[in-house]
Amino acid sequence: MLNFINALPGAVSQGLIWGIMATGVYITYQLLDIADLSVDGSFCTGASVFVVLFTGGANVWLSMLLALLAGMLAGLVTGILHTFCGIPAILSGILTQLGLYSVNLAIMDMKSTAAISITNSETLDQLLVSLRFVQDVAKGERPIFRHPIFVAGLFTAALIAVMYWFFGTELGAALRATGSNPNMARAQGINTDFTKVLGLMLSNGIVALSGALLAQYNSASEINMGRGAIVIGLAAVIIGQVLFGRIFRNFALKLLAVSFGAIIYYIVIQAVLSMGLNPNYLKLLSAAVVAVFLSVPYWKGRYVPGKVRTGGAGHA
Amino acid sequence: MLEIKEIWKTFNPGTVNEKQALRGVSLTLADGDFVTVIGGNGAGKSTMLNAVAGTWTVDAGTISIGGTDVTRLPEFKRAAFIGRVFQDPMLGTAPSMQIIENLALAARRGQRRGLGWGVTKAEKSGYQEMLRKLDLGLEDRLTSKVGLLSGGQRQALTLLMASLRKPRLLLLDEHTAALDPKTAEKVLELSDRIVEESHLTTMMVTHNMKDAIAHGNRLIMMYDGRIVVDVSGEEKKKLTVPQLLELFGKASGSDEADDKLLLS
Repeated sequence: MLNFINALPGAVSQGLIWGIMATGVYITYQLLDIADLSVDGSFCTGASVFVVLFTGGANVWLSMLLALLAGMLAGLVTGILHTFCGIPAILSGILTQLGLYSVNLAIMDMKSTAAISITNSETLDQLLVSLRFVQDVAKGERPIFRHPIFVAGLFTAALIAVMYWFFGTELGAALRATGSNPNMARAQGINTDFTKVLGLMLSNGIVALSGALLAQYNSASEINMGRGAIVIGLAAVIIGQVLFGRIFRNFALKLLAVSFGAIIYYIVIQAVLSMGLNPNYLKLLSAAVVAVFLSVPYWKGRYVPGKVRTGGAGHA
Repeated sequence: MLEIKEIWKTFNPGTVNEKQALRGVSLTLADGDFVTVIGGNGAGKSTMLNAVAGTWTVDAGTISIGGTDVTRLPEFKRAAFIGRVFQDPMLGTAPSMQIIENLALAARRGQRRGLGWGVTKAEKSGYQEMLRKLDLGLEDRLTSKVGLLSGGQRQALTLLMASLRKPRLLLLDEHTAALDPKTAEKVLELSDRIVEESHLTTMMVTHNMKDAIAHGNRLIMMYDGRIVVDVSGEEKKKLTVPQLLELFGKASGSDEADDKLLLS
């Protein structure tokens, strides 16, 4: 139990970082109605681009920006495969994801990992988040605002603010309409191919940004770090919906629910690990959790009779 | 306003399911014409509307709207000229978006969508007024999700959306077929009112001969991918259902009872 409590700040930090990724997944899965599997690859792309640039001497913010752009490029590829080439969305994502495996290795100079050397304290100080900061803050060696929970929380808040603004604009509304009813969108003059590509680019950009943050947190990028990212993203979205769906109606709150979903997911994972589960079983556990949560609404619709509505004849 | 010249369309060419849906259809509508389109199942009514709307491109022939050749334009670009209401009430609106958001999307049909607000405060009162005219109690539910509305309410809303920015051409594709008779009548009434108020050039496909006679200033009948009857003006006003059936029999060169049944 003590172990678990000690590990909580780390779990929450990781949850927040993955929550940013899940917010990207939310754009495709919830708003565009596309299950985009390219994120498994673009997460690592963001991490790799960041580590290579940062260790090469680039500024941390510039490296983050370029990681984001690299992710958007990956989204562009998936989008073109899906719209221009007419490949089903799921398959387009799988193709991009597979291709990115080689690309990510190439970015990391054909090695499966690229590390940031944090023994050099000057380098460490430049990072925005790091596992080390969790301990440092606890020991009082670093100010509280350097805690990863604080920094990742700020990122989350900024991201939610930007998304809240964007999806309220004409272009953002066009994107939501595309996911809600593509026939209607086209009849209203919306180029649905364009909005789909745009959504995939935004989503993968955010996912890559999250990858860049996790690379800083772990001081390394690793070729398999994005494996199953889509499942973690879906888990966060679904957990957020199930637990907060009834009280969070506003769009910004719905995005916040995604972030909370990711935090809860990581706390649960931490709890299971503290109980002695072999970490190799984590992926099986994630898959099972998501499968169950996805099945529940279907079963509910199919086997549980709806409530009979009485009285009050509706309008026409 | 609308000029269709010799359009042809074959679905699934070269397969056992090959279907020649349009076989050299030509039609010219003058500004303000309201034409009703009837015909049996598979006659090509909806296919003709979809050809105009740009759901797919035609195999041959040309279509121009208000002098602009749209034959090769994709659906979303043609939307700048066209307002549409579909047969399925689910097709015309975005269910997970609010009523006001749906209206705002329609208000920007044919315009570039940028980073300005999707719905501005200034628009709200105008929409409220338009919804009040529908008399369906929607004016107080601006922020309700459209998915919560009934089929009739959705069709009325879609009709409003189709005419919000005055289209050069309004396409109504059996838009009352999925509604109960009372609601269907209400939506038809509304269609008439909107067409008249904005002086819209309109094509309305219907299965109902009485409706086809009662509405519009021109009536065409399709059979086997062709236009076989075209009446307008005084002749159309005096038309009765038995006469229409007779016209159909002559034009199609048969007295197929099946088709007659389908039409009545």
